[in-house]
Amino acid sequence: MNKAQTIQLDNIVIRFSGDSGDGMQLTGNLFAQLSAELGNEISTFTDFPSEIRAPQGTLGGVSGFQVHVGANKIYTPGDEIDVLVTLNPAALKVNAKNLKKGSIVIFDLDSFQPSDLKKANFSTDNPFEELSLSDTIQLIPVPLTTLTKSSLEDFGFDNKTVLRSKNMLALGLVCWLFNRPLDKAIHFLENKFRKKTQILQANIKALTDGYNYGENLHLTVSNFVIEKSHEMPKGKYTSINGNKATAWGLIAAAEKAGLQLFLGSYPITPATDIMQELALQKGIGVKTVQAEDEIAGITMAIGASFAGCLAATSTSGPGMSLKTEGIGLAVMAELPLVIVDVMRSGPSTGMPTKTEQGDLLQALYGRSGESPLAVLAAPTPDSCFHYAFMASKIALENMTPVILLTDAFIGNGSSLWRLPKLADLPEIHPHFVPSNMENYKVTTRNEDTKIRYWSIPGMKGFQHCNGGLEKDYTTGNLSTDPENHEKMVLTRKQKVDNIVNVIPELEIEGNTDADLLVVGWGGTYGHLKSAVDNLNNKGYKIALAHFTYLFPLPANTENVIGKYEKIVVCELNTGQFASYLRSKIPGKTFTQFNKIQGQPFKTEELENHFISLL
Amino acid sequence: MEETKYMPADFKTDQQPRWCPGCGDYAIFNALVKTMAELGVSPHETVIISGIGCSSRLPYYTNTYGFHTIHGRGACVATGVKVANPALTVWQVTGDGDCLAIGGNHFIHSVRRNVDINVLLFNNQIYGLTKGQYSPTTKKGFVTKSSPYGTVERPFRTAELTFGAGGTFFGRLLDVDLKTSQMVMKAAALHKGTSVVECLVNCVIFNDGAHGWLAEKETRDDRIVVLEHGKPMIFGKNKDKGLILEKSELKVVTIGENGITDKDILVHDAKCKDTFLHTKLALMEGPEMPIAMGIIRDVEEETYEMAMENQINEIKKQTSVKSFDELIDACEQWEI
Repeated sequence: MNKAQTIQLDNIVIRFSGDSGDGMQLTGNLFAQLSAELGNEISTFTDFPSEIRAPQGTLGGVSGFQVHVGANKIYTPGDEIDVLVTLNPAALKVNAKNLKKGSIVIFDLDSFQPSDLKKANFSTDNPFEELSLSDTIQLIPVPLTTLTKSSLEDFGFDNKTVLRSKNMLALGLVCWLFNRPLDKAIHFLENKFRKKTQILQANIKALTDGYNYGENLHLTVSNFVIEKSHEMPKGKYTSINGNKATAWGLIAAAEKAGLQLFLGSYPITPATDIMQELALQKGIGVKTVQAEDEIAGITMAIGASFAGCLAATSTSGPGMSLKTEGIGLAVMAELPLVIVDVMRSGPSTGMPTKTEQGDLLQALYGRSGESPLAVLAAPTPDSCFHYAFMASKIALENMTPVILLTDAFIGNGSSLWRLPKLADLPEIHPHFVPSNMENYKVTTRNEDTKIRYWSIPGMKGFQHCNGGLEKDYTTGNLSTDPENHEKMVLTRKQKVDNIVNVIPELEIEGNTDADLLVVGWGGTYGHLKSAVDNLNNKGYKIALAHFTYLFPLPANTENVIGKYEKIVVCELNTGQFASYLRSKIPGKTFTQFNKIQGQPFKTEELENHFISLL
Repeated sequence: MEETKYMPADFKTDQQPRWCPGCGDYAIFNALVKTMAELGVSPHETVIISGIGCSSRLPYYTNTYGFHTIHGRGACVATGVKVANPALTVWQVTGDGDCLAIGGNHFIHSVRRNVDINVLLFNNQIYGLTKGQYSPTTKKGFVTKSSPYGTVERPFRTAELTFGAGGTFFGRLLDVDLKTSQMVMKAAALHKGTSVVECLVNCVIFNDGAHGWLAEKETRDDRIVVLEHGKPMIFGKNKDKGLILEKSELKVVTIGENGITDKDILVHDAKCKDTFLHTKLALMEGPEMPIAMGIIRDVEEETYEMAMENQINEIKKQTSVKSFDELIDACEQWEI
């Protein structure tokens, strides 16, 4: 046995990459879960094509799952790769530019044959040299295909079925490399393949053989230990992605408010998982309708809201465009509704599986008429739970639609999440009409807060006709009276503006006495926070103002931001939040740092830019 | 339980309907509130959802819960209401443009799902509220403001569309025929599933007399046949005309002529799952054939909202995850 020494690490970035049918997402997810369970911090990133099965071995079909494992708090899935597990040359090529110097590349020797190289548009027979990687990386060639075939030869599977377990063999090898005991991985597999005994046994066999291969063969690399995380508060944790966290936030809010949860939705990447997760939770009583289109999704939700549910709809950019008219109706009818937009690269169909923050202005302003509503944006995968909960709370207590912006990066990415109890979550008090109220009209509202009272079918004596036409402020009847319309527009505006009183103030992170204020919003938090922390550790003075409540903005926004001379607004768009801030804080100079590549920021590129500003 | 008796007035608000004088919508409205009173469902447990168009103003005039929504989406909002609270009686008021043009997709899907809503489809074969453009039911060649040389479009036939979408109930009524209107509306309300009621209404301004051929009192009985389950398809002023099936085609015969007796006349089976005869009946056109009114199809199938309730109850029996805290307890987790 030629086991080299064991090396201790603070954190490491591992990327599993192969064809979109190679099971890279499952492999990566399993590894992340294992690491989390062993007490590490994790952050993951999925990067896959929208083609379900692009031609095998081609650049267009490369699917990747990146996991950042750390002993201390980590906020991003990592910029550059320490360990790349690549199942074909195309995956190597796609990831080459992100390989760290000295990184380890584990590759399937059997899939690096001349025909494979040709499919990935290599012109020579040495892809590593061709990519100028030869001197900078450590190579671990493993005949994954051959090994998997011999590992599973007693199962009597056809060739195709055998090769599906190739990813498990690779995972076994990585588990060895990082000292991950297999029992937990086997436990996960048992859950995943509970009903497919043969497949389960095959996967366990391949996993074990992969581990033993690392253990027994003459691998000339060290194996690594990543210390347990010491910073995290004690408690029960799980690893959760943003979409699941969003779904669970809605479930928690409905139960807290004592309401039926209803979701009307239509399948759209990358938001579909929210609908699928809620469709699964029938035991909790969640009602989901997979509607005939995006419009039906939101208008069914509006119907359910009219009937007294916590109603939600989930979508992504193009679907938001279709829902626009429905959102306008919810504004006019003053009904509670949560609209989740898991943003992707646009416009139009754009790049469905890639992330972007391009829907901000659409969320803020993209409706006909004067139609203000509350807009929130979740910063991390696990916090999608909190923000879905808060979006629901704001909607139900203020009788308004609320848009929650997440994105493909945090929707699909996962992070550690400390499990909450329902009892620990804030109370939610839907704005129902007091049962003793007399002379109720559809427009009857609390005159201080301007919040309309909610009466629902079944309540005797509170019948009314709601609708999209303008109503008289007092009688609730239809009205085209000029002064009344203005009053109604201002009333609806005031109601939403008043939400500023219930949202938290903006907090500055990093060095408050900074030379540079970094401003961000939503899913870029992890990268911005990492870059700001890193630079402060290096002696620079930088602060971060990260927004999660976008409309209304926190009350102290102008005060806080006004203190800083030099401000850079960082966004994955051409500068939508920057222009929004300019309209809210006129006269203030905001510089911008933008990226519109369908990919999250890299911590390093942020740091470099910030240094250039100092 | 104490039963409350309702009067039509209990279902009306103090709002004066604002349809044009002579509009067929008044008649439908009157038939509806009478039907509601007869059904005995309280106003606060009744919901009327509408889209956009002249007919869609109706919820303002009823003392029920109402929601005047957006163009074409009434079926979706109604679906949301019914799924949210299956105990409610839900009506959808819509027109030929609202339901079959902009809302066509939602119409076929709500029919396919068989949500228990009662759809009153006011068909005047024209867009009234936007002042006279052709609709999906306007007859080919008809001159309207948007088809000044006559439409070149083939119209939908509502029944065909309903049956194609798997519809379980189809009824038809004529605005001026109160008795049949009430009979059909009541049956539609009692039917569990999506009840499509095609209301032939007259637009006095933009399409006056679209159904005039049927409406004339003198000749109406000869031109329509009112269908009811289990009753023979007999019609005519003198109740001497009837329908028979000959070589898979419907044919009008006269009782007492050519040896035809009462017993030869078809007896209507609205509950037959097969749509063959229902389609034949619904698509009859004058002047050779009478127009079918009444309850053409009334078939029992599981409703969408009950299928959903049943599934939820079934899963509740099987799972231990019935609350948020149980969901949390059941997920993969570890102590740190």
